[in-house]
Amino acid sequence: MQERVKARAIELLESGVRVLGWKAGEFFYDVTPAVFTSREEIEKEFVFGPFCGANMSKYLIAESRKEGRVGVFLKPCDTYSFQQLQKEHRIWRENVYAVGVQCEGMCDIEAIRSAGIKGILGVDGDGSTLTVHTLYGDKTIARKDALAERCACCKSKKMLGCDELLGEQGEELDSARFDQVEKLEAMTPDERFAFWRKELSRCIRCNACRNVCPACSCEKCVFDNPNSGVENKAAANSFEENLFHIIRAFHVAGRCTDCGECSRVCPQHIPLHLLNRKFIKDINELYGGYQAGADMETRPPLTNFQMDDPEPSVVHERGSEQ
Amino acid sequence: MKKYPVSQLDSLFAAIAAKQRLYIPAGEAKTAAFQPWEEGMRLTAALNTVRSAKDLFFPQVENLVNFKVTGKQIEVIENRDPAEPFVVFGVRACDCRSFEILDKVFLCDPVDTYYETRRACGTVVTLACTEPEETCFCTAFGIDPTDPAGDVSCWISGEDLYLRANTEKGEALLGGLEMLEEGGEPVTDKTVFDRLPLQNLPLDKFGGEHMMELFRRAEWAGLAESCLGCGACTFVCPTCQCYDIKEFNTGDEIKRFRCWDSCMYSDFTLMSAGQPRPTQLERFRQRFMHKLVYYPSTHDGEFGCVGCGRCLQKCPISMNIVKVAKTLGEEKP
Amino acid sequence: MRQDPLIPMLAVVTDIRQDTPDVKTFRVVGLDGKKPLVHIPGQCAMLSVPGVGEALFSITSSPTNEEYLEFSIKKCGCVTDWLHAMEPGQQVTLRGPYGNGFPVDTDFAGKDLVFVAGGIGLAPLRSVINYVRHYRDRYGSVDIVYGSRSKADLVDYQEILDEWRREDGISVHLTIDNPQPDWDGHVGFVPNYVKELGFDTGKTVVMCGPPIMIKFTLAGLMEQGFPRNNIYTTLELRMKCALGRCGRCNIGDRFVCKDGPVFRLDQLDQLPDEY
Repeated sequence: MQERVKARAIELLESGVRVLGWKAGEFFYDVTPAVFTSREEIEKEFVFGPFCGANMSKYLIAESRKEGRVGVFLKPCDTYSFQQLQKEHRIWRENVYAVGVQCEGMCDIEAIRSAGIKGILGVDGDGSTLTVHTLYGDKTIARKDALAERCACCKSKKMLGCDELLGEQGEELDSARFDQVEKLEAMTPDERFAFWRKELSRCIRCNACRNVCPACSCEKCVFDNPNSGVENKAAANSFEENLFHIIRAFHVAGRCTDCGECSRVCPQHIPLHLLNRKFIKDINELYGGYQAGADMETRPPLTNFQMDDPEPSVVHERGSEQ
Repeated sequence: MKKYPVSQLDSLFAAIAAKQRLYIPAGEAKTAAFQPWEEGMRLTAALNTVRSAKDLFFPQVENLVNFKVTGKQIEVIENRDPAEPFVVFGVRACDCRSFEILDKVFLCDPVDTYYETRRACGTVVTLACTEPEETCFCTAFGIDPTDPAGDVSCWISGEDLYLRANTEKGEALLGGLEMLEEGGEPVTDKTVFDRLPLQNLPLDKFGGEHMMELFRRAEWAGLAESCLGCGACTFVCPTCQCYDIKEFNTGDEIKRFRCWDSCMYSDFTLMSAGQPRPTQLERFRQRFMHKLVYYPSTHDGEFGCVGCGRCLQKCPISMNIVKVAKTLGEEKP
Repeated sequence: MRQDPLIPMLAVVTDIRQDTPDVKTFRVVGLDGKKPLVHIPGQCAMLSVPGVGEALFSITSSPTNEEYLEFSIKKCGCVTDWLHAMEPGQQVTLRGPYGNGFPVDTDFAGKDLVFVAGGIGLAPLRSVINYVRHYRDRYGSVDIVYGSRSKADLVDYQEILDEWRREDGISVHLTIDNPQPDWDGHVGFVPNYVKELGFDTGKTVVMCGPPIMIKFTLAGLMEQGFPRNNIYTTLELRMKCALGRCGRCNIGDRFVCKDGPVFRLDQLDQLPDEY
């Protein structure tokens, strides 16, 4: 796929568009999103491989507003964000040429490190087992253990709203992504509170989750505005600080496509995506199945009133059940 | 040199913790942190902690002073966090060097007494590295990870922990630990460090004398282009020390506190009169110019980076000081 | 425990004077009624009202004033709004002085001085001007070019009329941006006025004002042939600590709070233009 994507990138560039893709780093895994403007750059530095996890959709908010067209490569899950952002009128679609790229799941270098493998210099292998070359010799790891969490429970291989596709169009998958949410739901309120307090206690308020989130597209975040009265980068470890994540989860509820970028970038490995998934699961249960970004037409349940919508008391009823 | 069996570290930790608070790097590899030791707590399997050891001397949030405002009167109330002696065990050579860098910022005249107090209270026990990560490049800054500084230096070699006191504080700590035996020398194998991929970082072109030339380099635009403007790099960095001073009204008193801030944030330099660093390009450039040019310019050429590799592992878009140094520091073909 | 530089002292505002519609001058003394700190012209101090915030202001009174400090402050943000709303007798917190100040006893000694100020930019220069007036025989000629949007916006207008203008060897050149009925003085922007006045290029120029004024005045001075190492200005950037640590106010490897705020033009030429 790397070669196909790269060849297409060169063609696109030569047809007169800038190309948004992934740029090789020092190692095989530390790729950086970049805009390519020359054939030479693409030939030398463009990569598409198992560590191209970054979701390019958010960059399109800024890139599509610039002069000229931008070509972009989007993995299936990225296309959900792409479409959702169009629905929110954040991306200027006419300035984008979107190429869907089929994906077999992205690896997470932190997952490999967590397996106790140190000094990682390279990864090989297409099958179910990966060989990891390290400073301390070769190690092996099952591919499923090296996958990013979001990929291990991939929700869909379907590529939406693209101008062309590389690889076969895929289907929505019967994902196990709500399993962990169910585990949280099975806890007592006290246990759940303790769980989140512990996880969120590691937060350093670096804002990486917010800044990477395609749904966090406000021009100026309320938490960055000194006049909002809630601007706060300080009260780390406090309950007030924990609320940052809860408020953010509320703000993206119904718009979050579950792309999982928040958890990917969290330097402290806080499972932030579980907050969003809980909202998604609740929305599915209360309003019928709804997947943000799945289409351009369906009105989002949280901004759409219908006579048979559940009454506010549902919060209390469901809360006391758990 | 003293020594002690690694298998009985628990008893050593217990003996230290019986006298003063002890912090050790503990927890799962991906969330390792310096934590107050308690019975049963083990050293983390990770080479290093996610946050650096600077937290113990320059915490993310700390009280400066309280005020009580009554009508037109103001009362100043000291509320600094109580300072107690503590030991931090397992600091790596890189983090230990970061204390020297921070000392030059906080202990120059007029001395920052909050930092000074914590430094005076803390005994730093370092631990030599044996299994570096591929992201390590402390040797590029002249740090020897196999012979770390600190009040006490430690090595794990074979079945034993070797300990060497380097300062009076260190002597005092080891002197109070009767279980230690007199020991020989640890065996250190440096060969793996010669294989580290980033050890030859091209740093010759950095430093104050090249300030204007480096500041004007066109490559900054490309380097900064996909920066998200988050503060992950600054908050895991052992040498980042920018801070904000803020106030919080408790309803009874005004609490003035200090907290970490990040030059990567858009409001960092924002004034009512304007913004000297209006885009992420200027903010990004500031961070790396500070480490590689401004700090050395005012501190005898010493760089403001210790090569711990945290920013390499934690940047959401994998942009970091190594890529910056290589892009700007390498001879162009 | 020694006193930390971040812990302020208490002071009290004894007098508030409305200078212009949006500038007030605050007279500050220590709780003992005496002047709370000793400074050099051009230095600054951190004033705060707990619960509102802290901000750095240049000290507008001259060090030769033994009784009190004065701060002329324009209403332009959160802290200044509060200061403008308060009444005499209010306590504030104070720490400082910070910065290098003007080289009044070294480089300026014996020189002919031209002060160029726009709007609230007169505030930091007022300290120098009054210092120079006090030690008049140590300096050569003194010219003061001061402009504002309108007559009402001229800070310290009364002091200028009553004292500065009447002194021998001090020439005051006032200008306002647009004509108005009760104004018979010069009308026009400061940069043009400076050019029209055609000062000798051997004179030392001390400037403070809005960036646009600085930019165009400088262009004019360059055209006239003033050497860059004889032009001084004072800068302002966001600051929290004023000790060279919080990391905001650096221009290259210099901190405005510690190494500035006063810079010579040839010094600024060696630094990035992030200000």
